[in-house]
Amino acid sequence: MSRHTPLNAAHRKLGGRMVDFAGWDMPVQYTGLIQEHEMVRTNVGLFDVSHMGEIEFKGPGALEEANRLITNDLAKATDGQAVYAGLLNEKGTFVDDVVAYRFSPEHIFICVNASNADKDFAWMAENAKKVKPVNRSNDYAQIAVQGPRAFALVQKLCGKPLDGVGTYRFTTGEVAGVGCIISRTGYTGEDGFELYCDPNSAEKLWFALIDGGAGPAGLGARDSLRTEMKYALYGNDIDDQHTPLEAGLGWIVKWDKGDFIGKAALEAQKAAGIPRKLIGFELTEPGVPRAHYAILKDGQKVGEVTSGTMGPSTKKAIGIGYVPPALAAEGSTFHVDIRNRPVAAKVVKTPFYKKG
Amino acid sequence: MSNYPSDLKYTKDHEWAKKSGGNIVVGVTWHAQDALGAVVYVELPKVGATVKAHESFGVIESTKAVSELFAPVGGKVAKINDAVTGNPGSVNDDPYAAWLIEIEPSGAEFDGLMDQATYVKSLEAAK
Repeated sequence: MSRHTPLNAAHRKLGGRMVDFAGWDMPVQYTGLIQEHEMVRTNVGLFDVSHMGEIEFKGPGALEEANRLITNDLAKATDGQAVYAGLLNEKGTFVDDVVAYRFSPEHIFICVNASNADKDFAWMAENAKKVKPVNRSNDYAQIAVQGPRAFALVQKLCGKPLDGVGTYRFTTGEVAGVGCIISRTGYTGEDGFELYCDPNSAEKLWFALIDGGAGPAGLGARDSLRTEMKYALYGNDIDDQHTPLEAGLGWIVKWDKGDFIGKAALEAQKAAGIPRKLIGFELTEPGVPRAHYAILKDGQKVGEVTSGTMGPSTKKAIGIGYVPPALAAEGSTFHVDIRNRPVAAKVVKTPFYKKG
Repeated sequence: MSNYPSDLKYTKDHEWAKKSGGNIVVGVTWHAQDALGAVVYVELPKVGATVKAHESFGVIESTKAVSELFAPVGGKVAKINDAVTGNPGSVNDDPYAAWLIEIEPSGAEFDGLMDQATYVKSLEAAK
């Protein structure tokens, strides 16, 4: 039995095609993936991401406690700033990737993947020394408002000026009369907000945004939008077999911030050499790359595709995958094994999609 | 326009078939393209290849999924529709105009395919 977000009835009312995702009954699309993708690239779309988890650290030492669990540095952030980070195990591989919000040094709020929420909470509880995490996942609905018109829409519904809320900054306030954490973040490559609110008010907020001109978008478009940006998806591109260094996420690892779980393993890997790298490629022959297809060089399997699709905006067959460092440079060529047919591919610059 | 024309035969795998001279023209149904979503790639056999009834003769991919195409009848591939491989989205635009292959049948399987009413009933039963 799949779990329902507070917006489940709204999705059904709007004609969402529902599928199971990580144990949740979620809309994969409403009218069509490509149309919803284009809507987010050119206008404004809404995603229900209420299935994501929220974990909080509160009290004296909250920042230090959270900082020891994640790779990025909350001490370098300011109050009202969020950081993207890895939550690693001792091997230096991903337990999850998260966004950590600094309300204050005594209040850290962490958004985690739906599929990992219980695992993450157990991991944090087990490894937290003084300040224990609180699982707030059931206390928040979350709506992502994304697209070039997202700012104007949210601003219209919000009494307070949002100009000062830059990328990866957040504030609190009412949107359409609903109290929210208003976060300038997203997973699409477009400007926009992620709004965290009381589950009982989620429908009110959702329909106010729709009345304001946003259209609903499903998980299908969410996946194609993030793939075009080469944003990693946990379970596809990153997992407990890969480190941030392999995943090209060295920028979220802050070496000089003091100890954090996984740091020693990352230092050892850095010294020994990174064994494989997550790259973006496009096919130069007809076909569509998909997760788990083998990457071949001279007929031998040397890596694996972790995500792939026909990019609705790039109009190209694009993929993400792990390859040996020797094949990671832009312009490197290899083949992707598509149903026992080797299809030519080359490494390209990412993000695949660029504005304008 | 009916989503399921009455002059076609249908399979449980959501292909349609139609007689054209002695050959059988094959495509996917409105339901198939709707379930797939935006079709982005179609892989068809070569002309002259042998296909077996109910077995895979090609692949159709949407933005999110890969699905096999199953032959309604066995025989030899007489024609393939290059216009569809060049413009896969035409399957969504009109799945009955966007035929995929034409088969020169080797048996009489065509007579055993579902008519429109039976296919529509099977779709409703599966809901």
